[in-house]
Amino acid sequence: MSSTRFILKDITRENKIFNNRLIVAGIIIFIILSIIVVRLVFLQIINYENYTTLSEKNRIKILPLPPTRGLIYDRNGVLLAANRVSYSLEIIPEKIKNIEKMIEALSKIVTIKETDITRFKKLLKQTHRFKTVPLRYRLTEDEVARFSVQGHRFPGIDIKSNLSRYYPLEATGVHVIGYVGRINERELKIIDKSNYMGGHYIGKTGIEKYYEKELHGITGNQHVETNVQGRIVRVLKRKSPVPGKNLYLNIDIFFQKYIERLISKERAAVVAIEPKSGGILALVSAPSYDPNLFVNGIDVKTYHKLRDSLDRPLFNRAIQGKYPPGSTVKPYVGLAGLEYAVRTRYNRTWCRGWYTLKGQKHRYRDWKRSGHGSMNLHRALEQSCDVYFYALAHDLGIERLHTFLTRFGFGKKTGIDISSELSGLVPSREWKRKKRRKLWYPGETLIVGIGQGFMQATPLQLAVATATLSNRGRFKQPRVVFAIEDAQLNEMTVVKPTQQEMITLKQEVYWDTAINGMKAVVHARRGSAYKVGKDSDYRFAGKTGTAQVVAIKQRETYNADKLDKKFHDHALFVAFAPLKKPRIAVSVIVENGGSGSKMAAPIAKKIMDYYLLPNSPLYLATKTSQ
Amino acid sequence: MQTNWRNNHFLHLDKPLLFGLLLLSGIGLFVLYSAGDQNLDLMLRQMLRLLVGFGIMLLLAQIQIQHIVRWIPWLYLGVIVLLILVLAIGEVSNGSQRWLNIGLFRFQPSEVMKLAVPLMVTWYFADKALPPNYGRLLLAILIITIPVILVSMQPDLGTSLLIASSGLFVLLLAGISWRIIFGITTLGTLLAPIFWIFILHEYQKERIRTLFYPEKDPLGAGYHIIQSKIAIGSGGVYGKGWLNGTQSHLQFLPERTTDFIFAVYSEEFGLIGVLVLLSIYIFILARGVYIAIHAQDTFSRLLVGSLILTFFVYIFVNMGMVIGLLPVVGLPLPLISYGGTSIVTLMAGFGLIMAVHTHRRFLSS
Repeated sequence: MSSTRFILKDITRENKIFNNRLIVAGIIIFIILSIIVVRLVFLQIINYENYTTLSEKNRIKILPLPPTRGLIYDRNGVLLAANRVSYSLEIIPEKIKNIEKMIEALSKIVTIKETDITRFKKLLKQTHRFKTVPLRYRLTEDEVARFSVQGHRFPGIDIKSNLSRYYPLEATGVHVIGYVGRINERELKIIDKSNYMGGHYIGKTGIEKYYEKELHGITGNQHVETNVQGRIVRVLKRKSPVPGKNLYLNIDIFFQKYIERLISKERAAVVAIEPKSGGILALVSAPSYDPNLFVNGIDVKTYHKLRDSLDRPLFNRAIQGKYPPGSTVKPYVGLAGLEYAVRTRYNRTWCRGWYTLKGQKHRYRDWKRSGHGSMNLHRALEQSCDVYFYALAHDLGIERLHTFLTRFGFGKKTGIDISSELSGLVPSREWKRKKRRKLWYPGETLIVGIGQGFMQATPLQLAVATATLSNRGRFKQPRVVFAIEDAQLNEMTVVKPTQQEMITLKQEVYWDTAINGMKAVVHARRGSAYKVGKDSDYRFAGKTGTAQVVAIKQRETYNADKLDKKFHDHALFVAFAPLKKPRIAVSVIVENGGSGSKMAAPIAKKIMDYYLLPNSPLYLATKTSQ
Repeated sequence: MQTNWRNNHFLHLDKPLLFGLLLLSGIGLFVLYSAGDQNLDLMLRQMLRLLVGFGIMLLLAQIQIQHIVRWIPWLYLGVIVLLILVLAIGEVSNGSQRWLNIGLFRFQPSEVMKLAVPLMVTWYFADKALPPNYGRLLLAILIITIPVILVSMQPDLGTSLLIASSGLFVLLLAGISWRIIFGITTLGTLLAPIFWIFILHEYQKERIRTLFYPEKDPLGAGYHIIQSKIAIGSGGVYGKGWLNGTQSHLQFLPERTTDFIFAVYSEEFGLIGVLVLLSIYIFILARGVYIAIHAQDTFSRLLVGSLILTFFVYIFVNMGMVIGLLPVVGLPLPLISYGGTSIVTLMAGFGLIMAVHTHRRFLSS
C-alpha cells in the first residue's frame, strides 16, 4: 500500500462522516434494543399470568385412574363375576414404520386373526398417532412369555396388563348377572363421562347394568407432568379411585345351575322366589350363552349366530317373555269373584264342556270336552275347569277383572333389580280402544278369565303373584341383590325392597279358599297335577296352566302330533311350598312344552325338592358334581 | 518510525473484548447444559467449538491487518467459486444445499462469505476517496449482490441476509448519502411485493405469515412461536431457575439448543437474566464501536464498524424471532446457541477486530 494513494482522501471529512454514521447506527441499535426490552416486559410481566397458565397446561395432564369394578357373589359367597388380569398387545403407530410388515412379523409369535386386524385398522384411524392402539386382547400365558423374549425386536409394541371382567361360571346365571361390554356411543351420551375416563366397560344387561353405579366405583385421577410426546415424567398429585362395591345376591348359584340343567334342553324359564323376603332364589332362562364372549367385543359371526338362533338364547324369557298365563291366572280370577261378591265359595256352576254367551252360538270350550259337572271355586281350581271361570269372568266384567289382576302385579313391572323387565298386559276396554282402536267384545272377557287372549304375563310376574298369594296378600318387590358390600369401609348394607304392599281382601278366609284350591290341584285325587303332589314329602300348592299358541278353530281339536312343535302349547306351572309358612314360590314355563301338568309341574316339583329337601339324593348329586 | 507500545506484550489481545466474549460463552455453556437436558456430550462438543473459535480469534489477532489486505480479492473470488460448487455438488440437508464435503470435514462456504464480503467491500473502498461516487457504489453493490444471490439460492435466507447487511454496513459507514439510503429503502419497500411473489419460497412466506398469525396453525407453522412465547412469558421477572424451565425440559420448545435457546434462557432466568445478557452484548458492541472509532485507517475503521454492526444484526434477528417480532429465520444467538460454523466465523471476526486494535501505530508526524 503506497502512501501516495491516501493523497486523494480527505481524512478529517471521512472521520467525521464515519463517526456520524456510527452515532446514527448507535441510536438505531438503542431503539431496537428498547423495542426488544419492551417486548420482553410485555411477555414476562404484563402477560406473565397468561403464559404461566399456558405453560402449566402444556406441562400437566390429568390422567384418569379407573376404579376396580365390584365383584358379584351368590348368597353363599360363590364368585360369579370377577376381574382378572388380561394382557393385551398395544401398538404405538407413530413408532412403526410399516404396519403390514409388523403384523406379519408379530403373527409368528402371537396368533393374530383376521378379525383382530380389521378391528385394529378401524381403531387406528380413530386414534392419535402417538397413542396406543390394541391389536390383540386376552393373550395367553404362552403368548405373553413368547413376546417377552422377543419383544426387543418390536419397538413401539408393548404388552399392557389390564383388568377385564370374567365370569367364571360362564353361561350359568347369565340372565341374572348379565355382562359388561365396551361403552357404545349411545351409552356415551348418558353416562357421566368424567367418571368413565380411562375405563372401557359398562354393564350391558342384568345386575351388571342395574347396579352399574355401585359396581363401577369412582374414577380417581393423577396430575402428571408430561413431555411433548405425552410420556409421564413424574406424578404431581394423585386422587385414588374408589373401587366399586361388591354385590351379594339372593341367588343360590348351585340351585340356579341345578334348574338350568333340568331345563337345558328346552326353551323355558323358571323363577323361584322366597315369599317372605321377595328374594330371587333362581331366575333361569334357557337356553343361555357365555357372557365372556361379550366382554371385549364379540365377533360379528358369533354374535349373529346367537342373535339369529331360533331358540333366542340372548332373550331373557324370565323377565321379558310375555306368555298367556293360561289357567295359572284362575286363582286370582276366583279371588276377584269372592272379593267383588260375584260368587261365594259355595256357588256352583254346571260345566257341560262348553260355555256360550246369551244370544250367541259360539261355544267357548272347556279343555275337558265331556265337562266337569257341578263346580264350586275349590273344585274349579282343582280341576282347572274353564267353564266355571268363563261364567265368573263374564259376571265380573273386564273392568273389575283388570283392576283386580293389576293389584297382583299383572300388567305392570314388578320392579325387580334387573334391567329391561317387561310389563306384560292385562287388557281393559280403555286399553283396547287406545291401542287397537276397537271396541271390547264380551267374549274377550271370557278368555281373559282363563288367562288367554290379550292377557300376557312374564314368568317373573307369575312367580311374584304366586308369592304374594302364598303371603296372603303381602307383596314383596322381588330382589336379586341381597346385600351391597363396601370393601373399603368393610360395611355390608342389606338391600331393602323399595316397595311393599298389602293386598287386603274383605275376608281373610278368601285366601284359604284360593290356597286350598291350589293345594287340591296337587294333593286331591282329581287335581290336575295330582301325579306330582301325591308322593310329596311336604304339602304344597300349585296351579297348572296350558297356554295356547295357536287358536283352535271351533270344530277342530288340539292334536299335538299334527302340529309343528313351535305351535305346541306352552306348559306352565306355578307353585309354592310348604303350604304353611311357604319358603319358596316357583313359576315354570316351558315353551311349546305341551301340557302344564305333564311338562312344567314335574320340573317345579324337582326344583322345590332341591330347595326344601337338602338331604335329597338329587341335591347331593348336584353338590358332589360341582 | 513507529512504536507499538503493545508489542511488548507477548499476545495481541483486547482484554475488555476478550472478557465480554468469555463471559458470554460461559453463560452460553450454562444455558446449553440446561437446554440440552444436561447432556455433557453436547457441552463438550460446544466447548471444543468455542476452543477452536477462540484459537482462531487469537491467531487472527496476532496478524497485522496490512499483511493480509492483498489476499482479500483472492479470498472473495475463491469463496464465490466454492459457492457455485455448493450449488452444483453440495450436500443437501433439511431441504437446502449448504455444505461442501471435503473428505475430512463438511464445510459451509456461505459462512466464510460473512467475512469475505465486508473485507472485499472495505478493501475496495479503503484507498478511494469517500464518500464513494456512483460508479464505485454500483460496483460495491455488485460485490455484495453476487454472493447474496448465490447463498439465497441454496436457499439460506438467514445467511444471505447477514452477508448483505455486512456489506451494506460498509457502504453506510463509508458515507453514502442519506438520499441514496432512503432511495434504496423506498425502492425496497416498493419491490417487496415482487420479492414476495417471485423470490420467496413458500416455506419462507409461511414463516412470515406465521409471525403475524401464529395461532392460525398452532401445531404446524405457528408452533415454534407459540411455544417460544409461552416459555419466555412464563419465565416472568425472576425466571423459573436454572434447569427448571418446564417448557424446554419437557421438550415443548423445538430447537431449544440452537435457534431458540434464548427462550430457554428467558424462561429460566427471567427478565432480569435477559437484561444481564443484553448488557453483556451492549458492552461488546460498545467496545467494538470504541475500537472502530479509534482505528487508524479507513480500512480498519470500515471493517470493524461493519463487523460489529453485523454482530448486532445476529442478536437482533435471533431475539426478534424468538420473541415473535420477526419471522423465523434460522440465525443463532451469537455464542449462546449450540452450533458449528457460526461460532468460528464470529470469533474470526472478533480476531480481526482485535488485530485492528492491538496493532495500532502511533504516527510519528
